[in-house]
Amino acid sequence: MTPVRATIENVSRRGFLKGVIATGGLVLAAELVPARVTAAAYATGADKMPHGVRSDPHLFVSIAPDGIVTIVAIRSEMGTGSRTSLPMVVADELEADWSRVKVVQAPGDEEKYGNQDTDGSRSLRHHIQPMRQCGAAARQMLETTAAQRWGVPVAEVQAQNHEVVHKPSGRKLGYGQLAAAASALPTPPADQIKLKDASAFRYIGKGTTPIVDLFDITTGRAVYGIDAKLPGMKYAVVARPPVFGGKLISFDAAAAMKVPGVEKVVTIEGTPAPAKFQPLGGVAVVARNTWGAIKGREALNPTWDDGPNGSYDSAAFKAQLEEAARRPGKVVRNDGDAEKTLASAAKVVSAEYYIPHSAHATMEPPSATVRIADGKCEAWACVQSPGNTREELAKKLGLKEADVTVHVALLGGGFGRKSKCDFVLEAALLSKAMGGAPVKVIWTREDDLRHGYYHTVSAERIDAGLDASGKVIAWRHRSVAPTIKSIFAADQTHEAPFELGMGFVDVPFDIPDLRCENGEAEAHTRIGWFRSVSNIPHGFAVQSFVAELAKATERDPKDMLLALIGPPRIVDPRKSPEVADFWNYGDPFETYPIDTGRLRRVVELVAEKADWGRKLPPRHGLGIAAHRSFLTYVATVVEAAVDEKGRLSVPRVDTAIDCGFAANPERIRSQIEGAAVMGMSLALYGEITFKKGRVEQSNYDGYRVLRIDESPPITDVHIVQNGIDVPSSGVGEPGLPPFAPALCNAVFAAIGRRIRQLPIGDQLAT
Amino acid sequence: MVKLQVNGQTQSFDGDQSMPLLWYLRDELGLTGTKYGCGVALCGACTVHVDGEAARACITAVSDVSGRSVTTIEALDPQGNHPVQKAWRAFNVPQCGYCQAGQIMQAATLLATTKNPSEDEINSAMSGNICRCGCYQRITAAIKAAATGA
Repeated sequence: MTPVRATIENVSRRGFLKGVIATGGLVLAAELVPARVTAAAYATGADKMPHGVRSDPHLFVSIAPDGIVTIVAIRSEMGTGSRTSLPMVVADELEADWSRVKVVQAPGDEEKYGNQDTDGSRSLRHHIQPMRQCGAAARQMLETTAAQRWGVPVAEVQAQNHEVVHKPSGRKLGYGQLAAAASALPTPPADQIKLKDASAFRYIGKGTTPIVDLFDITTGRAVYGIDAKLPGMKYAVVARPPVFGGKLISFDAAAAMKVPGVEKVVTIEGTPAPAKFQPLGGVAVVARNTWGAIKGREALNPTWDDGPNGSYDSAAFKAQLEEAARRPGKVVRNDGDAEKTLASAAKVVSAEYYIPHSAHATMEPPSATVRIADGKCEAWACVQSPGNTREELAKKLGLKEADVTVHVALLGGGFGRKSKCDFVLEAALLSKAMGGAPVKVIWTREDDLRHGYYHTVSAERIDAGLDASGKVIAWRHRSVAPTIKSIFAADQTHEAPFELGMGFVDVPFDIPDLRCENGEAEAHTRIGWFRSVSNIPHGFAVQSFVAELAKATERDPKDMLLALIGPPRIVDPRKSPEVADFWNYGDPFETYPIDTGRLRRVVELVAEKADWGRKLPPRHGLGIAAHRSFLTYVATVVEAAVDEKGRLSVPRVDTAIDCGFAANPERIRSQIEGAAVMGMSLALYGEITFKKGRVEQSNYDGYRVLRIDESPPITDVHIVQNGIDVPSSGVGEPGLPPFAPALCNAVFAAIGRRIRQLPIGDQLAT
Repeated sequence: MVKLQVNGQTQSFDGDQSMPLLWYLRDELGLTGTKYGCGVALCGACTVHVDGEAARACITAVSDVSGRSVTTIEALDPQGNHPVQKAWRAFNVPQCGYCQAGQIMQAATLLATTKNPSEDEINSAMSGNICRCGCYQRITAAIKAAATGA
């Protein structure tokens, strides 16, 4: 869920408009689109994403003669609500009546629409300003058109709720009556676009706009990637190497062909490491329906050469990582002299933490349908990265990108898994093998859990030196984890700057002697972004350790947390030469500094709302954690209860979030509520293990996720109120990292047991 | 040859009778509102009604529903206005929405038999339905509201 494409492919992927605009039947459509129309109040990293960002209404808005306004959504919808929130921003600035707005999903086309990677908690953060510009520009074009038609100064007209009014006379023209002429106007230059005053917002910031797919979702009409239906469509499942990097030796095609409905058995070429987003290879069974394909695969009896990862054993690897975390690693931040201060400290507190691999386990597994006809390829898929999917399809099939169309369906969950298009490429290869017929590839749950791009596994060790008064004067944190870079290049054994910058080298503590080290770790499977990415291990270690320091010094954990954060100030990790390449989630530090005042505020807010220190029944406890990620500040208080048998429950969760201006508070709440549930899944159960290179879990029994009867009945979300001038920051991911440490701190408060290894599993059982 | 009712219409199927109802509905009838999630009755995404009772379509063979009546999310209510559906919308329950058809079908049978379910009864009835986005709190609230007509 992170901008590797920005960090790894960066400049080469950038492109600029060539002046050809295919508008797909939109009414507003005419002139050359300037590469950049935005005149932002504050700078973001949107321009630096591959293909940058667009704001021209000719691309995004069309108005039919009947007044229906159609707005193009360019971000994939996987549950965060961006497919609603961004068009809602356009509609508000446009003074459109939301009940007369239709949202259509853009196909993957970054030359046209700018970057479409729906990841890194960037949709609102990067697009609220351009989408405001877009709506406001369209509104002004409608106003200009009305003024021209009436022959009055434009200052006398005003767009109001889907019509333009001539204020002196009260004359009105509906948007439908003005659209055709307005569309012929050039887009106003950026410096002439007048945004609404925030007091005039109808939808932005209100949280009163339901998601556009709500009715369809509740009636079974919503179309996800797995739901594509095409005439003559075939269904395929693939037997993939059980070990990453393994190769197919043999299989029984004849046995599979005997299964009713099976039409063809097709081998898929594997990809030598690095894996990138390429198919894993193996052998596919193509059938007339999914069941035939599944039964056919069962008959295949494939044999494999496991290759270099055949001995990967995650238990042994854990010991290796922990060992590495006890030795010095590459220094990645160095303030003062932590080694010297540790050596002379009155007291040293140390702890080691472990976070295992986990799998996204999206409810909709990866699935895609591809058809190739007349030298053109069409894909229907649940992808977070439609632009990149299009590029990869074109490369794989030897087509021009212009001849590849990626239709973006709804995603039944994404969490980073669906930013990798390996499953779409499989469908393309199979369609090709079937003479171009449409082929739908379905990953079963077993496929999904055994052949994922796993969240990295990590060992973390922190040593802190305290002076005689109990003040923390030295901090040394070592993190050892295979890097996501390993799927892009060989011999990658250190965390990349974008991983180090997720709650590790950017730790905002007020400690003069502070050192971060990163040990070496090799990847033995595909490592990928998982919601919140490296913030999960880093945040777990740091925020658990804060509570351990509180215990060691007999202080209240919240007071200890605030003491470590220190006074309100801007923390700039770049002052350490080792952190010169600090990425700040790809956004300018000046717009989104590390502001400890804001971090303190969410801690204080959540403590107040949760009534920190409240009286609790026996074996109940409160835990607190705070973490800045994706430029957003979150603090969580968890109440945990552990019964005599060691059964853990969470009666209540309070979370405070400061994500700058809150464009859609209702969806912010839902994301944070969901983060508590996913956070509890991770903390209690989330673990993928490997034996002989093979994933040991295969379905929701071995890889458990939280169910309703285990989930916190109360999940209160407290949003810090900010004006429109406070830059909006990420929402989809930042709720997750503080949850597990807050929970484990609460367990400690409840029964005095310190959990340092996730998942909690049966560690509390008595 | 298997004959059954699906959403009020008579269907006959002469393919592999061991085919799970899930794939029959999705691939043969094009009723894609019923979702695949696990294939082994662990997640509830494929929940449909068989003669009015909740069933996991992924482990129900077509032959098991011979002569029986199957209702899918598409036909829970002709206008999509079953009290559970309305409550789901009033509480903005879905995030990605993928599991929600199964959740709604499950909740509808709970309310058909238990007029005013307690929290425990809701937990017990709904614990077979996984939501990875974590909409559980709102699911509980929506079921309570649907029960009381609130």
